[in-house]
Amino acid sequence: MVRNIAWAGALTCLILGLVFPWSKTPLIMGLCYAMASLGVAIMMRAGQVSFGHALFAAISAYGVAFTARSFPGTDGLILVLVGMLCSGLAGAVIGLFVVRYRGIFFGMLNLALSMVLFSMLGKFYNFTGGTDGLRIQRPDLLGQTLERSDFETALLVIALVCSALLVWLIQRYFKSAAGEALSAIKSNETRLEYLGLSAKRILWQGYVLSAVLVGLSGALFVLVQGLVTPDIGSWFRSGEYVFITILGGSGHALGSFVGAVVFEAVKLFASAYMTGVWQMLLGVTLIIVILVAPDGIMGLLRSKSDAPKGDKP
Amino acid sequence: MSALLQTTGLQLAFGGVVAADSIDFELYSGERLAVIGQNGAGKTTFINICTGFIKPTSGRVFFNGQDITQREPRHIVRLGLARSFQLPQLFLDHTVRQCLEIAAVGRRGGLSFWTPLSDAVDKHEVDDTLALVGLRERAEVSAMALPEGQRKLLDVAMALMLRPQLMIMDEPTSGVASEDKMLLMDTVMQAMRERQVTPWFVEHDIDIVRRYATRVAAWIAGRIAADGTPDEVLSNSQIRREILGDR
Repeated sequence: MVRNIAWAGALTCLILGLVFPWSKTPLIMGLCYAMASLGVAIMMRAGQVSFGHALFAAISAYGVAFTARSFPGTDGLILVLVGMLCSGLAGAVIGLFVVRYRGIFFGMLNLALSMVLFSMLGKFYNFTGGTDGLRIQRPDLLGQTLERSDFETALLVIALVCSALLVWLIQRYFKSAAGEALSAIKSNETRLEYLGLSAKRILWQGYVLSAVLVGLSGALFVLVQGLVTPDIGSWFRSGEYVFITILGGSGHALGSFVGAVVFEAVKLFASAYMTGVWQMLLGVTLIIVILVAPDGIMGLLRSKSDAPKGDKP
Repeated sequence: MSALLQTTGLQLAFGGVVAADSIDFELYSGERLAVIGQNGAGKTTFINICTGFIKPTSGRVFFNGQDITQREPRHIVRLGLARSFQLPQLFLDHTVRQCLEIAAVGRRGGLSFWTPLSDAVDKHEVDDTLALVGLRERAEVSAMALPEGQRKLLDVAMALMLRPQLMIMDEPTSGVASEDKMLLMDTVMQAMRERQVTPWFVEHDIDIVRRYATRVAAWIAGRIAADGTPDEVLSNSQIRREILGDR
């Protein structure tokens, strides 16, 4: 069932992008949100909720912008790798500090760090462009200079391929020894230590991985927008990542993508037909999901498909 | 024969309460040690010091001659000193089998990011250990769904996956119905014999102490008040008065 959902979703995105060219940018952005939420989901499996993971999207996006401006002509895919490297390194360093804390302290420390960076990005105008941000020229992709429409199509394909790979790889990680040990932190960290495993080390590895994923989303985001502003690292953005993760559920890697689809659909519908109360509609959606499907939409779908057929009336 | 575990001059106080008062202690391989004492006497504190969870103010702990006083629990268990808990410490979001599989990869170290957990361990070893504690039929059940007695057994089984030389069990029968206590201890002690593990258990039930221990250490106010065979210790007038409640 999961595979069917994944293929159906990827094909729908591709067809939508090709039939309605205006939809390419929102689709790529939606996939970026999903990738970042997948990073947050990794931490949630360990029982830790980060309210500041947009920090890594910002680090990656500004890394891409600085590189693109300093080395004009750098290929777009190289820029994405640079962004991921920046966020991964930042995650490795910040992770050493934050994995010492749990629960609300973990969440608030991440939030605090993201707000420090957010503030610095806005204040160091000469370096970061302040709240106006930094513009970058459309880069080549695999050595090809593309017009805007073709560039967006190529980015959509890249985002879809990355998404498919991430769902497969991260789900494999979730089921691996390291992934299961990570989720064991949520239920019993003491026992992990008494089995010879370092909970801090396991959490740090997960943290770095999550930072790289959020970094990938930040890098793709700046490429599709051609602009990066401090908003990419704001607490509001971090909150949206958490929102999507809860909507989709962290039990399966596809959950973040399902959550992103619902999030974007509700946002699109609400902003078109209920402009004044779109946040309220999002809030109501979240309340319904928490009440009806505490493991997220993906958790609900999986429990339905796993239920014995004989249980049906 | 050198001691498997040795402590010298262990001292620890929580505020004004002395939890460990210059404890000199030796445990030899093959002994079956029962630790008795009233609540708050310092039994669990002593276990926590020996397994690295708490650091003593002074004194040393040696395991197989190695000084482990300042080592972390995860380093100590790898040397062969495992423990189970009064409140079973399980991974409640995992199945019984997965709990043992995580224990198995813990012993080996070096967690793989790629290999599925079930492929990263020796399936036969997991099955054997489950069978040893009578949980083979419950392998695919969530740990959360187990009753207290089986949770205790799973707690012990997870520690056994570390292939320890010494197993410290903190009140293995607490919270278990009295009619099931002997059955549980039979299973646990049989598992210890088969795996050639030296058992050390904290226990309040004197019938269990008499039946399973070859040596008894009695704790009073952070000190070992008596140490010897079950007959010697349980007939000691101070122990009878202060721990067993005789008048």
